[in-house]
Amino acid sequence: MDDDKTFKALGDPSRRKILDLLCEKNGRTLGQLCAHMDMKRQSVTQHIGLLEDANLVSTVKRGREKLHFLNPVPLQTIYERWIRKFEQQRLSLLHELKTELEGDQDEQ
Amino acid sequence: MSSEKTTFVYVTYIRATQQKIFDAITRPEIAARYWGHGNVSDWKVGSRWEHVRDNEEKKVNIAGDVIEIDPPKRLVISWSDPSEYDNRDKHSRVTFDLVPYEDMVRLTVTHDELEAGSGMASGISKGWPLVLSSLKSYLETDEPMDVFANPCATETAA
Repeated sequence: MDDDKTFKALGDPSRRKILDLLCEKNGRTLGQLCAHMDMKRQSVTQHIGLLEDANLVSTVKRGREKLHFLNPVPLQTIYERWIRKFEQQRLSLLHELKTELEGDQDEQ
Repeated sequence: MSSEKTTFVYVTYIRATQQKIFDAITRPEIAARYWGHGNVSDWKVGSRWEHVRDNEEKKVNIAGDVIEIDPPKRLVISWSDPSEYDNRDKHSRVTFDLVPYEDMVRLTVTHDELEAGSGMASGISKGWPLVLSSLKSYLETDEPMDVFANPCATETAA
């Protein structure tokens, strides 16, 4: 269920750009993010709302400013569930191939 | 010496009580299960705490001071390479905030006062997502993640 939100939030280039911007420099204000986005402030706010809802962005109030931080914890969960599993499969295939090929060499 | 400081904020929602999460951070035998390390201290303000690898070597990988403790809601500690423990200027700061959220607890880990671009900053930004994800998995499903796993099996995490 949480994964659905994460994937949905990631399924948009503008939202991915916001994550990239925060990865480059964490703790930006809305204004600082808007300066890099080619869209209305209101749209940026909506995208950030979806990212916050998916827990990919967290905010901290500092004085009158609200700072936005990249929160990669849900990405880690997806990595564990959807990437590492398949990576290991691929690595074990490579390992088998290597063993097989090297085994052939020994026989020559 | 003043250099640019950086902050990271990590948030995870865990289906467990504040007390269980607080214990999982402060009790070494529990942390060993999902972190591969125990956080060892008497947890009194001003005391030293150590992040100790859970193996025979028992290497201390991080050390710092307990700055503030309010179980099971809040813990603030300083954080440094053990070789730099005596130089308080080199310490960064980690704050754990545990707030009930519906049937879950919102755990926020704020790591600030970090030297921008330092090896420590780069290390913790890889480490925290893994540790928090493993903590969540351990408390909710009793299945921690392998925090030392590497995709290419070429190096071992410190």
